[in-house]
Amino acid sequence: MNSSKAVPSTPSFLDFLVRRKILGLLLLILILLLVLWKLGSELVTNPTLFLQQVINGLQLGFVYALIALGYTMVYGIVRLINFAHGDVFMVGAFMSYYAIARVQLHTWPAKVFPNLSPGLSIGIGSITVILLSMAICALVAITIERVAYKPLRNAPRISALITAIGVSFFLEYFGALNFVFSPNFITYKRPFDVTTWMVSAQGVQALQKGQAIPEKTVIFSNISIIIVVVSILLLVVLQYIVGKTKIGKAMRAVAYDKQTARLMGINVDSVISVTFAIGAALAGAAGMLYAIAFPQVFFWMGIIPGLKAFVAAVLGGIGSIPGALVGALIMGQAEVLSAAYISTPMRDAIAFTILIIVLLVRPTGIFGEAQREKA
Amino acid sequence: MMLEVKDLNVYYGAIHALRGINFHLEKGEIVTLIGANGAGKSTTLNTISGLLRARSGQILFQGEDITYTEAQDIVRKGIIQVPEGRKIFATLSVIENLEMGAYLQTDQAQIQSDLEAVLKRFPRLRERRKQFGGTLSGGEQQMLAIARGLMSRPSLLLLDEPSMGLSPILVEQIFEIIRDINEQGTSILLVEQNAQMALSIADRGYVLETGRVVLEGPAQELLHNPMVIEAYLGGHG
Repeated sequence: MNSSKAVPSTPSFLDFLVRRKILGLLLLILILLLVLWKLGSELVTNPTLFLQQVINGLQLGFVYALIALGYTMVYGIVRLINFAHGDVFMVGAFMSYYAIARVQLHTWPAKVFPNLSPGLSIGIGSITVILLSMAICALVAITIERVAYKPLRNAPRISALITAIGVSFFLEYFGALNFVFSPNFITYKRPFDVTTWMVSAQGVQALQKGQAIPEKTVIFSNISIIIVVVSILLLVVLQYIVGKTKIGKAMRAVAYDKQTARLMGINVDSVISVTFAIGAALAGAAGMLYAIAFPQVFFWMGIIPGLKAFVAAVLGGIGSIPGALVGALIMGQAEVLSAAYISTPMRDAIAFTILIIVLLVRPTGIFGEAQREKA
Repeated sequence: MMLEVKDLNVYYGAIHALRGINFHLEKGEIVTLIGANGAGKSTTLNTISGLLRARSGQILFQGEDITYTEAQDIVRKGIIQVPEGRKIFATLSVIENLEMGAYLQTDQAQIQSDLEAVLKRFPRLRERRKQFGGTLSGGEQQMLAIARGLMSRPSLLLLDEPSMGLSPILVEQIFEIIRDINEQGTSILLVEQNAQMALSIADRGYVLETGRVVLEGPAQELLHNPMVIEAYLGGHG
């Protein structure tokens, strides 16, 4: 009798650990301690390298944030993981490529107002290009939503999810056609020249072309500044739209309860379209910023950044806008730091390990609310 | 005639929820639909509001056929539903909930004066105007739901179970408010399980059973009708 009782006690204890998520939590704490110890020692031994990585990670994190917002907003309003979102990002990058390389759209202020200072003229030209990318991506997303997702609004969620994967493949392989984008890697032409500065004990100096980087300096370029500034600007605009405008309040109302929103006279379909459009516009902007940072466009370029931004959205708590930002900044740091201190090929593995750990330990993410999932 | 419902048939899939309902409402009236759970009261309101589609029959609003009109256009015409269970937007503040009520209003000055008027009518909402809707108590939520409905400037207000889950004192208050709104010129279609309260403020009433109108008449007559007393008023007659 006693022995038969003792046998199942081991698996039930294991069950207990798994059920209470203790194993996942222990794993998480262990990993966090290891990471902190590793990062701490690196910070002490080579603070400039560490700072350099943090700056690079910030730049990447903000690009991820712009993409992640689209995932999280669309999920918040129609409960759909829009897997085609990364490919909308790719379309944005290609649109800015065509606008710059084929049409020279970024030079229009110089042509129309020759007296403008070159910096201002390129600035206005680049803003035009990014706005164009955003607008085209918004149109693409509205079309996708109307054609592919809207007919499935009342279908089981898995149908829409599979459709999203289909749309993703469609955008990729349609883009790969020779007469659409291209099946090849294309070098991206930046609308402006790269200027790099180095920060050291001597202060800030411009780095000359071909000059070796001295020891104990941190370098940054106008690209990082532009990415961070543009991203923050777009985030502020988004915050304003969602928080203060009528359409933003309607978006939150529809996300909370579609039937009641209809009783208020809100046109739920157009609010959903606007949500898709805003998310896609942010992805379009991210596409151009990403192509400026890593100057190459390719029809598959949306997959990995898209997936990482998705992980960022889940990490922050899908459906939560501040969560997407925080999650993306963490993802940016995790990627850059693991490339620097573990190994470059490992960085993608690290990103998806984070997804697994989040799903094990806290599936609702940092800012997620448990009860929203049932709605 | 403000509202006329003619031979309305509504299905949920294979379930025949409304089986040829007929009723009407004159301008300025309070008309109540009473009946047990599942009798089709909320279905009727949702069909009028355009959330559900009738398979056959007709809904006329001020003589105009609105049977197949979109929900937002029905709101635009002035038919506003305050849904069962309040359905406050929990993640929006009290003020934002009220602004959603005024979603189709375009005159900013008018929205502001309407807002001022409902906050005057419901002082509790003014106290809590910055709070999230989800943090209000049941009674406050019901007041917010009615206030939100008033922000749409209704000519016909559809109220679905406004007394549900409220204490007797709050129920008295809510019915006082309903009577007051009616006296200021809004016609009211009131759906209630609390037949006693509903009939006491209504002009006329209809009794629904399994998707059919089984009895109709002036509210005072229904209050003393033996069948109504037996089935809905606790059978004390």
